[in-house]
Amino acid sequence: MEVLLGLTGRDFVLMAASKAAMRGATILKASDDKTRELTKHTLMAYSGEAGDTVQFAEYVQANVALYSMRNDTDLGPGAVASFTRSELARSLRSRSPYMVNLLLGGWDVLGGKDVEVESETKEGKEGGSDAQDGKNGKAIKKTGCARLYWIDYLASQAEVPYAAHGYAQYYCLSILDKHHHPDIDFDQGMKLLKMCSDELKRRLPIDFKGLVVKVMTKDGIREVEFDDSAPVKSA
Amino acid sequence: MDTLVARYSAPPSQHQPLDQDEQEELMEALPPLSLKFALPPIAQPSSWLRTMTDDHANPNCPIKIAHGTTTLAFRFQGGIIVATDSRATAGNWIASQTVKKVIEINNCLLGTMAGGAADCQYWLAYLGMQCRLHELRHKRRISVAAASKILANLVYSYKGYGLSMGTMCAGVTPQEGPALYYIDSDGTRLAGNLFCVGSGQTFAYGVLDAEYRYDLSENEALELGRRSILAATHRDAFSGGFINLYHVKEDGWVKHGFNDTNPIFWKTKLEKGEFSNVTADLD
Repeated sequence: MEVLLGLTGRDFVLMAASKAAMRGATILKASDDKTRELTKHTLMAYSGEAGDTVQFAEYVQANVALYSMRNDTDLGPGAVASFTRSELARSLRSRSPYMVNLLLGGWDVLGGKDVEVESETKEGKEGGSDAQDGKNGKAIKKTGCARLYWIDYLASQAEVPYAAHGYAQYYCLSILDKHHHPDIDFDQGMKLLKMCSDELKRRLPIDFKGLVVKVMTKDGIREVEFDDSAPVKSA
Repeated sequence: MDTLVARYSAPPSQHQPLDQDEQEELMEALPPLSLKFALPPIAQPSSWLRTMTDDHANPNCPIKIAHGTTTLAFRFQGGIIVATDSRATAGNWIASQTVKKVIEINNCLLGTMAGGAADCQYWLAYLGMQCRLHELRHKRRISVAAASKILANLVYSYKGYGLSMGTMCAGVTPQEGPALYYIDSDGTRLAGNLFCVGSGQTFAYGVLDAEYRYDLSENEALELGRRSILAATHRDAFSGGFINLYHVKEDGWVKHGFNDTNPIFWKTKLEKGEFSNVTADLD
């Protein structure tokens, strides 16, 4: 009954995870954060077997951090996803595999389309790679793009525009099929998330205690205020 | 003390609306249920049936019951929308893509089928017969409440025998206005504004709940019904085929086609930009 949701937009990735930490018929904690920051621009949301989840997420987090320290550069979301998947695939054939479902979202500073910018204004810091085109003082820069990866405990990986894990798949994917477009802005993204959250509150038999919502943009990861306190109308 | 209290407190049935009396009268007028079906000559027919048909526990089970469906119905300002897919599956086999899952009980009453195809077909036909007999006996059309209760009581009498059906009865009558009931083989009978039934129900609920209002216009309601079934046929492997769409109005139901999902899907994707996870290009 854990909820994981993710969706991409024009210039962001939104990820949401339910706040309830459940063991059997008990809610142990109603403000659980089922996410870990892997790099400045990449976030992992996890659900699955108790204990495995945090262990695995922090194992990946540590190894991604180690890579950054050794190489003085961050892995992009695609590379992080591939690493995560391969670690999960390796564990799957071991004596005690990690039973963890993941959503991995991030802003890919090296993705997107090429744009020409004036080379005087050095915006390389803001995210995006520069390639000097010496002739006319123009530089080629990447726009960057949103990435979202769906990974399950069997180590299947797929890059998707929107994703869900657990029972949320059954209720939210049809909503996202209908209402999602690749170039939505942040406010539209939040509205979509609200639609999904409302439907889950309406139809899921167990209270998942609301959602922790985080957004990844070119400026990094930020937690978003998500007000779903208003009662949901039912037909 | 308890006997005193019982003597002076009125039975709750006296406070029920009129159709309750009507139902009781109706049930007495019914011919006694025939329980003379041939049953397997063993002590526990239901557990035997389960071992023969439980595809989930035993993929080699000798009898594969046709299952898997999406059906929906909802009440709105202009009447009731009833929509279904048309796929019948037996295990992993698509047995048919052209099943009529809406049964036209009479020109004001519709029933939907989900669950075991044979159970639904047989008992809804039986319900149709009982409704016609009611008309002949009482010289007026049966109420939706009563029709749904015939079915509910019927399936309840077979509880434990392994019936598998989830149905909705929708109709408009002068006494009740637009009425919608959900009946399943557990014996549950619920009146309500909106129901989705079948393996694709969650996907249909997702789309339907998000935009459902009672004051939907007729065209909005038809489109929402169609789109909800499309959502379910897209995500649920056991739903698909054609979208069967009905609108029940005061002066009877109107059929709005039996349309292939595939062109509707591509039209929806290409014209409205929905289903953005589906890509037609190979890069």
